[in-house]
Amino acid sequence: MSDFTVATQAIGSRRQGNVKRIALRWLLYVLLCLFALYYLLPLFVMITTSLKSLEEIRTGSLVALPREITFDAWSTAWSSACTGIQCEGLRPFFWNSILIAVPAVVISTVLGALNGYVIAQWRFRGANMIFSLMLFGSFIPFQVVILPMARVLGMMGLAGTIPGLIFVHVVYGIGFTTLFFRNYYVTIPHELVKAAKVDGAGFFRIFWSIFLPLSLPIIVVTVIWQFTQIWNDFLFGISFSQAGTQPVTVALNNIVNSTTGVKAYNVDMAAAIIAALPTLLVYVVAGKYFIRGLTAGSVKG
Amino acid sequence: MKGASIMSEWLERHIPKLVLAPSFAAILLFVYGFIAWTGWVSLTRSRLLPKYDIVGFIQYDRLFQSPRWDTALNNLYVFGGLFIVISMALGLLLAILLDQKIRTEGVLRTIYLYPMAMSLIVTGTAWKWILNPGLGVEHIIRGWGFESFRFDWLVNPKFAIYTVVIAGVWQASGFVMALFLAGLRSVDEEIIKAAQVDGIPTARIYSAIIIPSMAPIFLSAFIVLMHLAIKSFDLVIALTGGGPGYATDLPATYMYALAFSRGDIGQAASSAMVMMAVVFAIVVPYLYSELRTRNE
Repeated sequence: MSDFTVATQAIGSRRQGNVKRIALRWLLYVLLCLFALYYLLPLFVMITTSLKSLEEIRTGSLVALPREITFDAWSTAWSSACTGIQCEGLRPFFWNSILIAVPAVVISTVLGALNGYVIAQWRFRGANMIFSLMLFGSFIPFQVVILPMARVLGMMGLAGTIPGLIFVHVVYGIGFTTLFFRNYYVTIPHELVKAAKVDGAGFFRIFWSIFLPLSLPIIVVTVIWQFTQIWNDFLFGISFSQAGTQPVTVALNNIVNSTTGVKAYNVDMAAAIIAALPTLLVYVVAGKYFIRGLTAGSVKG
Repeated sequence: MKGASIMSEWLERHIPKLVLAPSFAAILLFVYGFIAWTGWVSLTRSRLLPKYDIVGFIQYDRLFQSPRWDTALNNLYVFGGLFIVISMALGLLLAILLDQKIRTEGVLRTIYLYPMAMSLIVTGTAWKWILNPGLGVEHIIRGWGFESFRFDWLVNPKFAIYTVVIAGVWQASGFVMALFLAGLRSVDEEIIKAAQVDGIPTARIYSAIIIPSMAPIFLSAFIVLMHLAIKSFDLVIALTGGGPGYATDLPATYMYALAFSRGDIGQAASSAMVMMAVVFAIVVPYLYSELRTRNE
């Protein structure tokens, strides 16, 4: 008899448990969607505001969809918004950012790959010490180097120039790129290098025909990391640029804070989206590698 | 002929060092040399131009007597504390919710994390607009009939620093979620299954087994967030510009203002050195232990 009651109780509680589980499941999804809304809201507001006319912004609500979609703010932001005395929109600065980011990413990635290869596979006395010093160098607050850097750039004749900014981004980027490649190459067995050496292959030959072909994933991670860092940089951009050489983040800040004329929120928002677009695109296309870079840059485990 | 072969042999043997040398030299000069320069100048009477006669700690005396620096430090405590605690709590919550075998996990993860791909200047611009008292959240809620509703933190010196927290948490919490999610996934499945078989409730499995085993990830997240907080500059510039007045100044914006708008190199250098010391105290022990466990 006790067996029987236990069995019915079990069925009853299982049914009850099912209802509870389904309810919990729903609650879970509702919660997750609410959080998704919280993260999406600013992007939604940016996009809708950029498509509204100023008149509609003043009379309507922040979260309302635009009644009449207009791309005027986008074209203003791109080609005629004022960043101080200059009124050419974001276009020239967007181009500056590309001119800064592309060479800086390429150079710092190549250097990082070679450094990582040396530190992981060609160990010599002091290599670990050098690695620690490079690694720590990428965690310093950059405020501590901008004063002397401004003077050195001046002495080199690079103050306020795009090559100067490329130089700065390369110097303070190699710590991280070296870290990425070092941690990747350290997992490749040393026997590979030994065997290649026996076969008479030299330092660069081994790198070129053995290590480089294995490196695609870490190259992608490094390029994405460096591109995001450099594109989004503001401190170096504002400290070491002048009127014609500012990167897009500095120009965006100038547009938003420019006091000439009526405050055009729709233009501000369009400009913000334009400035964010390249890195957002990279994130959407290659999010997996982006996350890997983020976690590799923080958890060296 | 013989000389050439000796030469190439020497080259072959030393090539790894030669490859590493330029980067190492650059780091020595542009990181450590520059820190030394800033440290040196912070001990002088430098104003608009650097001077090199060491006079002691007068710049640090001035710094710690300056009400503006005092505000910047207080703001760093308030902002840093709230930013770290809220981001970690939210990140952990999101990670646990996402860990329940959610079918749309990929999409949700992408949504939670995308702010991290954007410049803080963009984030600041967006939140500046949303928090704008005349047209943003306050305006909407008044529009719903709550005429006396007030949400003017952005322009209120007492509360403006909390708007920086709001935007900062929005930007970084998804990243913390990604860290924690990776941590949750790395916990030994067997232990969790064994606990489930024993009938231990899920909440208890999390609080007693999974979360304690993630202690190293808590530490990493804490270090990363702390580091972000100390370096925070772009977000404040874009969101409040350090204002109203200097109510939302942080050490990073203080340093920048003194260096470039006030032309007070001595003050800028000493404030940079204080920031450096704080980062040093946090990051060095962490990196040291990471590198040591790595080498063992």
